[in-house]
Amino acid sequence: MDLALIVLIQVLYAVASLVIISAGLAVIFGMMKVINLAHGEFMMLGAYAVIAALKVGANLWFAIFIIAPIAVGIVGVVLERLIIRRLYGRMVDTMLATWGLSLLLVGIVTSVAGNTTAGVSAPLGSFSIGAYSVSGYTLVIIAVAVVLAVAIRWVLTRTQFGLIARGTMQKPDMANALGISPSRVYSVTFAVGAALSGLAGALLAPLTGVVPTMGAAFVAKAFITVIGGGPAILAGLLGASTLFGTINQLATFVTTPVLGEVALLLAAIVMLRLLPQGITGRFFKGSL
Amino acid sequence: MNRFANSWASAALCLAVGIALMFVLPGVMDDYTLIEVTIYAVMAILSVSLAFIWGFGGILCFGQAAFFGLGSYTYAIAVVNMGDSTVPFLLAIVVPALFAMLLGYVIFYGRLSDVYMGVITLTVTLILFNLINSTAGPEWRIGTAPLGGFNGIPAIPTLNWPGQQDEVLTAKDLFYVTFTCLLVVYAGLRVLIASKIGRVIVAAKENEQRVLLLGYDARAYKLFCFTVGGAIAGLAGCLFANWGAFTSPTIFGLAQSAQIIIWVIVGGLGTLIGPVVGAVAIQWLTSQIGTQQVFNSNLVLGGILVVFVLLVPKGIVPSLGQLFEAGWRRIRRPAPAAKPTATASATAVSVEAPRVMTPAEQTS
Repeated sequence: MDLALIVLIQVLYAVASLVIISAGLAVIFGMMKVINLAHGEFMMLGAYAVIAALKVGANLWFAIFIIAPIAVGIVGVVLERLIIRRLYGRMVDTMLATWGLSLLLVGIVTSVAGNTTAGVSAPLGSFSIGAYSVSGYTLVIIAVAVVLAVAIRWVLTRTQFGLIARGTMQKPDMANALGISPSRVYSVTFAVGAALSGLAGALLAPLTGVVPTMGAAFVAKAFITVIGGGPAILAGLLGASTLFGTINQLATFVTTPVLGEVALLLAAIVMLRLLPQGITGRFFKGSL
Repeated sequence: MNRFANSWASAALCLAVGIALMFVLPGVMDDYTLIEVTIYAVMAILSVSLAFIWGFGGILCFGQAAFFGLGSYTYAIAVVNMGDSTVPFLLAIVVPALFAMLLGYVIFYGRLSDVYMGVITLTVTLILFNLINSTAGPEWRIGTAPLGGFNGIPAIPTLNWPGQQDEVLTAKDLFYVTFTCLLVVYAGLRVLIASKIGRVIVAAKENEQRVLLLGYDARAYKLFCFTVGGAIAGLAGCLFANWGAFTSPTIFGLAQSAQIIIWVIVGGLGTLIGPVVGAVAIQWLTSQIGTQQVFNSNLVLGGILVVFVLLVPKGIVPSLGQLFEAGWRRIRRPAPAAKPTATASATAVSVEAPRVMTPAEQTS
């Protein structure tokens, strides 16, 4: 019984962390059809923002939830203006440019912060279920993922910005004719996506070591989760995260973490062969 | 520009320069420099493999390093088990080719688009990296060859003359072998591209729908192209394993894949010689960066990739070719003569059949 509960928590945690690391990419890809391969480096910047904030004495939670998203959001705005803007509609070129950007960011951070692992200790300690102990921070991750999903849905369906953003996403020229500047919407959307990536990096900073190259570990997972999810932003994100997260965690439980990762990636390839449009290309059509 | 780039004269010129280099370099260079040049040639072969499938087949593979790594690991494992290097050398080409065929079948016969292609190739590379990286420890071995995990496989027996296990190739021999491989691959690909199969491959890149309507199975041609690319990358991997007598999981890494793409972008997409130039230039640059501390290589390589995608999307060689031709035209025809221009442009149109697309056009 205790074991079942632990496995359940671990699976939920795997799903939640996939949701968190993919949310920023999903927003940027879903709204703008831009594949941001520098996503992992945005996360890395978020993690470094936390470390920098802690150094000057900020509260950990304040650093994670406020400072990191804002800092990375600003970086996102600047990069969108300088680089991404020139490549809209050229998907392959955007992928290449953002890949270059990711190397560039790794290089800059390595020059500034050095190629060493910085750590943030996980807050909240742990509690025990039967003979097993669970980190309290795990539950925070799960809760944040739920809040994030609800918040994305709320913004997209209930706010004016969400309405405008969805309209621009469907027909940019029509939105333009109605007096909305698509380029400003794209700019804000990219900033929001970047901020979400920064938040993800900040949240994971206490769990993984913070190194300049940490982004590479996440970008592929985030990438396949978003692509596997298909055209609907939120339903796709949740669906793909649930599927891949469960497979990953169960395979990890039965074998090793490495094979769990491999199982996730293999499942993604098989799924793309069976459902080339992603999960929401076949199921939950027309949802968000 | 394309008139010359597609002519046999350009192929002959490149081959002549290559052969001249192959015979001149060992005379003027000491062994250490020659070994350096050998690795440039290995990387040039790898670069050409992506240049072919991306520039002519229109297949953007983010995981060309997978075939490269597979080739080097296949050679290493086979040669440790067999002793004689003839069969391992061939296996290092055949195994990656078969792997590319399998992967290509999933991608092309599933009719997956560009982005999905990118995801899948990237994912496969990561799977291989993760798997090989986790094989540390004595229980992971194939035959008598330990896989070594993240430490890689050291002390790989290098190539010997076919059939004579004791006659191991010297550094100079390896240089000749590698350079010959590069020239043969280049010449072979030029012939392939000019052949009927090559024309269908290029046509399928330009307009797959039309190729299908004309009765060609574009999927099969793309699969063939991808397989050839995998075989060439495997060959490069085998030579790489020979060069340092060492191989490790980092060659499966994302950094390696990114580098191959940068070579091709910088050199010039849609040519074969451009990526060779790109590979040599970037490799040289990387080794120069290693000698100083101010900039690290990621910073410089990332910057180069961004700048080239934004500002020089055609790459060095086609851009230089254009400049050169514009200058040439100005010298030869100062006054706009009506008649010769008309005939020249007419021939240009007819010869231009395998027109090279800019990346911007490809995505449309």
